[in-house]
Amino acid sequence: MFEVPGLGDLNVAATLPVTLLAFGACLFLLVDLFIPKDRKYITAWLTAAGIGVSLVLSLLMLTGVITWGDGEEAFFGLFIADQFSQAVNVAALLTALLGVMVAYNYLDKIDRQRGEYYYLLLFTTLGVMFMGASGDLVTLFVSLELLSIPLYILSGFRWPHEESEESAMKYFILGAFASGFLVYGIALIYGATGTTSLTGIWEATADISSGETSTKFLLLIGAGMTLVGLGFKVAAVPFHMWTPDVYQGAPTSVVAYMSVAAKVGGFAALVRVFGAGISNFALDGDTTAAWQDTIWLIAAFTMILGNFVAIAQSELKRLFGYSSIAHAGYMLIAIAAAGSAGVTDEAARAVAIYLMAYAFTNVGVFAVIIALEKKDMSGTSIDNVKGLATSQPLLAAAMTLFMFSLTGIPLTAGFVGKWFVFKSAMSADLIPVAVIGVLTSLVSAFYYLRIVWYMYFEEGETETDLPRPLAWAITISAVGTLVLGVVPYLLSEMANEITLAFGG
Amino acid sequence: MEASEVSVELYVLLSAVLFIMGVLGVLLRRNAILVFMSVELMLNAGNLALAAFARQWGNGDGHLMVFFVMTVAAAEVAVGLALIVAIFRTKQSINIDDLHMFKD
Repeated sequence: MFEVPGLGDLNVAATLPVTLLAFGACLFLLVDLFIPKDRKYITAWLTAAGIGVSLVLSLLMLTGVITWGDGEEAFFGLFIADQFSQAVNVAALLTALLGVMVAYNYLDKIDRQRGEYYYLLLFTTLGVMFMGASGDLVTLFVSLELLSIPLYILSGFRWPHEESEESAMKYFILGAFASGFLVYGIALIYGATGTTSLTGIWEATADISSGETSTKFLLLIGAGMTLVGLGFKVAAVPFHMWTPDVYQGAPTSVVAYMSVAAKVGGFAALVRVFGAGISNFALDGDTTAAWQDTIWLIAAFTMILGNFVAIAQSELKRLFGYSSIAHAGYMLIAIAAAGSAGVTDEAARAVAIYLMAYAFTNVGVFAVIIALEKKDMSGTSIDNVKGLATSQPLLAAAMTLFMFSLTGIPLTAGFVGKWFVFKSAMSADLIPVAVIGVLTSLVSAFYYLRIVWYMYFEEGETETDLPRPLAWAITISAVGTLVLGVVPYLLSEMANEITLAFGG
Repeated sequence: MEASEVSVELYVLLSAVLFIMGVLGVLLRRNAILVFMSVELMLNAGNLALAAFARQWGNGDGHLMVFFVMTVAAAEVAVGLALIVAIFRTKQSINIDDLHMFKD
């Protein structure tokens, strides 16, 4: 009745960066049991090495130096190993590597040096990578949970510290609530199209667009609920409420990693579902996708709320929580642009470029905050950066670079990311939302540059703690931010190859 | 003997009712465990809809998804209950209104 597929049919070679890391993560979970408590640096090194191997493989596959595997589909279409998933892999693995580097000494500082941290981080990374590669709603859902559940645990990693527990609880309840929406959305999409495979959905939506109204409604509600579920993950308004609280309460090393990883995963999934799966779902006679207006409205609100509320913040972790909401808004512009026929690939490229730029910059920002933070979690107020330029000129210079990049000032990675996002919006005829994006970037300059002002022109006592791995992480982030900004050619060339395996 | 037919629409309607009850439960309940149960209700509403649609389409995709949702829900329960226990130890309360340390 059933034919058992052979190992050769699965096309495992194309998925190697991910599957190797999956085996590695399970292996480290066992190995860690035999590593004594005072030698957890071994686990940290093993984790970093595992991530490094995977990163090199992904980079080689992204640049086309090696082409392993047979075609872009693996595991019978459940896994798509195209250029977009390789780009997502590179962003996720870079973040994970920097995440391990900033975590090691921080965990000593807060007295929580445990092996669990490292493999939970690996599992989250795997979730992100599988999400970028998901070719089926089942894979998408499972990888979303693989991304989320370890993050709930990591947010509460400092228990019985009350703030950490509270942030974990909030993140957990709202995250579980969101995945409820996602499951129901998937059920309705399945009800309308009769398949959970994204390729199948893409084929089915063409008929639905010209078919009965009731099926259209089913698909529309399903798409809406999926958007709610994924919107929670990327912190889009009005599903952003958890973000500032979780960022403020969770251990800073977790925030450094999660602020980027959750976004990479969430946006990769949005590109897969909306940019590819239901990109051709149009209501009567429309040339653009039915969901485009909704997403650009959400993008506009997200940018406005994130940037304006951030102005009023004085706690750095909270401020950058709102800043991350604002950046989700910019990336959502590109998702909205993917709704216009013919712009889909360009939009997917813009998302990949923005994520790469954001990965370097945002991990760098939180690494600087870790350097400022004291043992009792204080020292992360905006007043604590006053006078940083006199006591730690290099650290202040790096922070200035990150602030410029987040604002989107030319010659930094952030500018390149915004450039491509706004360009995709222009191609998709979404001029108003691009204008809102530019204007809110100007607003954001106010609070980003205020930090620079405090560092250079205000007097104050600063106390920093800068162990070597942390210093290296900041250096790598700063160099990355600068190089990608000065040579945008690197990013655009990398992204040039990205075409979604189907859709468009 | 032939079992009486219940149309797919009724199952989907029931699942929608369950889902809305779950959403209202999350929004209105204040006890963390009850909130948590409401989330499970939402997931199970999704499962019911998936199973109903799987019958309508006559393929296995829906059933497959149901199994994964159940597994993932179990994993979520493990983490969620652990968190609730940890919070109860420090605060002696699992009322989610007591979670208000952060302010703008």
